[in-house]
Order: sequence, then C-alpha cells, then structure tokens
Amino acid sequence: MISGFAPACPKCGGVNRPGADFCYLCGDALGADPGPGNPPDAPPPGATSFVGDASPPAKAGPPLRPVPMLLFTEAARHNVRMSALLFLLLFAVFFLLGTAIGGAYGDPRTGLGLSFVLYAILGATAYFSGSSIVLSIHGAREAVGEEHRQLRNVVEEMAIAAGVPPPKVYVIPAAGMNAFAAGRRPEEACVAVTTGLVDRLNREELQGVVAHELAHIKSRDTLYNVCAAVLVGAVALLSDMFLRGAFWGRRGRTEGERGGGGRGNAAFFVLALLLAVLAPLAAKLLQMSISRQREYHADAAAAGFTRNPLGLASALAKITSGGPEVPGENRGTQHLFIVNPLRVFGPDASALMSTHPPTEARIQRLRAMGGVAAGG
Amino acid sequence: MAYIPLVLVVVVVGWFVAAYNKLVRFRNQVKNAWQQIDVQLKRRYDLIPNLVEVVKDYMAYEQETLTKVIEARGAALSAKGPAAQAKAEGLLTETLKSLFAVVERYPELKANQNVASLQEELTGTENKISFARQFYNDSVMTYNNAIQSIPTNIIASFFHFAQEAYFETEPESRAVPKANLR
Repeated sequence: MISGFAPACPKCGGVNRPGADFCYLCGDALGADPGPGNPPDAPPPGATSFVGDASPPAKAGPPLRPVPMLLFTEAARHNVRMSALLFLLLFAVFFLLGTAIGGAYGDPRTGLGLSFVLYAILGATAYFSGSSIVLSIHGAREAVGEEHRQLRNVVEEMAIAAGVPPPKVYVIPAAGMNAFAAGRRPEEACVAVTTGLVDRLNREELQGVVAHELAHIKSRDTLYNVCAAVLVGAVALLSDMFLRGAFWGRRGRTEGERGGGGRGNAAFFVLALLLAVLAPLAAKLLQMSISRQREYHADAAAAGFTRNPLGLASALAKITSGGPEVPGENRGTQHLFIVNPLRVFGPDASALMSTHPPTEARIQRLRAMGGVAAGG
Repeated sequence: MAYIPLVLVVVVVGWFVAAYNKLVRFRNQVKNAWQQIDVQLKRRYDLIPNLVEVVKDYMAYEQETLTKVIEARGAALSAKGPAAQAKAEGLLTETLKSLFAVVERYPELKANQNVASLQEELTGTENKISFARQFYNDSVMTYNNAIQSIPTNIIASFFHFAQEAYFETEPESRAVPKANLR
C-alpha cells in the first residue's frame, strides 16, 4: 500500500497493520471493494481523525510538533534514559537541600548523612505499606466468569509477549473507560480495567491498553512512582523543618556558640533558605515530568509487545472521546491510570504539573511508530 | 594508595561475575521462551476436537472444511523436526482460519454460546502462539546482542556461549494468502 494507511475493518472496526489484506480480528477481507490503498473507513490522506473513532476531538490549540518516524525500540531506550536522568536530578535536589541545611547548622556532611537516613526510613515505610488499597478504593472485582474470558485471554497474551508472569485481572464496574496497573513486583502485580473499556474497545485496542499496563508492570513503574513520591515528600519535610527552625531556633544558637565561624555558615544559611523555598516546587515538577516520561515509555513498550502501535492509538482516541471517568477517582491515584481520570488534557496541556502527557501527543507518537505520517 | 590494585581487582571480578550471570540468564530465558511456544501449541491441539465436536452438527455441508482441520491437526501432532513442524503448524492455522470463515456464514452457529467461547479461546491461543514466538525472537535478539557486543563478547567466546537461531516462518506463510471469494 502506497498511502501507508492503517485500514480499518469495515465489519468490526478493528485497526490493522498498513498493508494488511485481512482483518486481524474477524478475518474478513479488508480491501474487498475499495480502490487501491483506500479502504472505506480509512481517513483521506492528511486527515486528523482516528480510525474507529466517529467523532474526533476537534481541539483548537497550538499544533503538535511533528514527530519523525519512530522505532519503538529507539523510543523506549530514549525514555529510559530520560527518566533515569530526571531521577538523578530529583535525587540531586534532595541531597543538595540536605547538605545545604546541614551546612547552615555547621556541618554539611551530617546534613547529607541525615537526609540519607530520612530517605531510607520514608522509603521503607512506603514500600511496605501495601499497594492493593488502590484496588478497593476504585471498587475493583476479580474478573471471573464467561463474560470476562476475552479480557483474561488478552491479558495472558500480552503477559506472554512481555515475558512477565500473568497478573491478576480485575474489572471496575463503571461506564467510564480507563485502566491501571498496580503491584511493586511483576510477580505480585495486577491489572484493572473498567467495564466501559471492555465493552467499547475491540480486541486489538484492548490488547494495546493491556500491553501499556503490562509495560508499567515490567518496568516496575509502581516502584518508580513510590520512590519519586517519597523523594518529593522528603524534600517538603526537610524544607518545612528548616524554615520553621530558621525563624525560631537559629538566631540564638549561632550568636551564642560561635563568633567568627559563622561566616561559612551564613553563606550556607542563605543557600539553604533559597533551596528550602525552591526545592519543593522543583521536586514536584521533576516528579510530574518523570510520570509523563513513564507514560511515553509504557506506550513505546506496549508497541513493542503488540507490534501494533495503532491499536493503542485508536484505544486512546476512543478513551478521550468516551470519557475516562472512574468511581472513587482522586488526586492520590490519578497517576496510575492509562489516561488521567480527573483531567482531559488538550493539546495545550503540556502543563508542568500534569501526570500524563497530552493524549494527542501520545497518539501522534504511536502513529509515528506505526508508520503513519503525522496529521496536518 | 596501596589499596588501589585491590579495588581494581574487586571491580574487575565483580564485573566479570555480573556479565557472566547476565549471559546465563539470557540463555535460560531463550530456552524458557521456546518451551512456552510448545505449551501454547499443545493447548491448541486440545481445543480443536472440542470445537469440531460442537460445530459438526450444524455444518453438514461443510464436512470438507472440518476434515481438513482434523487432518492438519494430526499432521502437526506427528510432524518430526522443527522445519516440518513449523510447516504443519502453519497449515493448521490456515485451515482454522477457513473454518472460522465458514462459521461466519451460519447465523445460528455464530449465536451459539459454546461456539463463541471456543472461537475466543482459539483466537486467544493463536495470538498466544504468535506472541510466544515473538517473545522467543526478542529473547534471542537480547541474548545475541549481549554475546556480540563489547565487552561481554570476551566472556561469551571464552565460555562458549553460542548464538541462538531465530524462529523463522516458512516462505509459504510469508506470501500473501489469496482470498477465495465465491
């Protein structure tokens, strides 16, 4: 096929690989009557509508930067590097703050050491306080019975493709379309999807969504999230402690104990003051940035598992137009879902404080991986 | 500064152990991935008789299609050697596809709950087979990459870690199947 379009199956709406002659899902011949390379449901060249999506979200906003043809392996590797870098920065912010505060009180090394200890304690607490709470918050039930056979099969398929043990499968009885994964290790992971998602996605799109969740599981993103959240919490704690101490305790101490030695301390004190104000904000921004990077990474890895980025792209488009609302949604768990259930991001939502990249940008990248030229 | 050589030795030995263990892990993953393919193939053999049993009453005029499926299953079961087996498996996949195409033509068969769930099971198993093969090939690639790249290639050649072969489809199944629309 010259146009390189993903032909939609005229019968079941499934998105197929470019150049496919038969529908991957129902086995129907794809190009039965249409002209060469122009199946009935496929959009005309350059259209921005999504295959299998009746009402494309027409958003007015700054156009997306065109993305060149992407290889999912390259995309995944790039994302791993990016999130590692961001994580290092987050650690640096934390330990810089610890050192500066220690310096303000006379000894930078003690400050560094104490911040290590603080991190270890907070990290251990977060790690051992179970993660299965999230399932009960959203009213998830284990997916048993005939009606969820396809869902269980899809999860097993993708677990094979990802090379992880099959996770437990849960459904959330809700009309909104969303999904999330939880569990610190692949061996104890679980995947939950809403019934609205199961009902409205075709098999191939469901595969994409489940693959995205399994990518989170395989790369242990829950652990990533816990680490990032703990760091942000620790930075906030240190800053708070320092700022309170600076106003109430410090004056008497330095003037009483030290005379001339206060010069180095004063420099550290100013630095610590500055950091205590700025670091919590910086840490929060970094945490959100990591979260967005992990989403991109999971998308790329999902494309690697299914070898079909267009399935996930089509699913994301459907989720956006269908509404990702989930019962029990709250700020504490919003980052877990495949599409943020609280906010639907427009193209201008490169908002620094958002947990997910704009869905349009994710779809665009996926389509670039699928060999579909960027729209417009 | 007397401890610098000691540190160097520890670092080199540590790297060596880590690299060797990584190669072993990758090699075992390749073996395990190959076994997973067999598990799914076995499951398909087990499912086919059930499906045939359910649909045969409805499909009095389609005995030919059913016979082909059963024959292909038998051929795949008795095939010897990887190449012959791959060919027989490919044939079995083709006959199953034509069986599903026939099922589409019988509304009462499509509405049958048993048929629908068996069809979903077989579709799932077909997918699992191809994903298991894909994962096998991915594992082989990771392993071969490790064997060929510096510096792990030194360890690999010293301990005779041999490259693994990819699973390749038969030339016939690579060709675009012709639609037989009557």
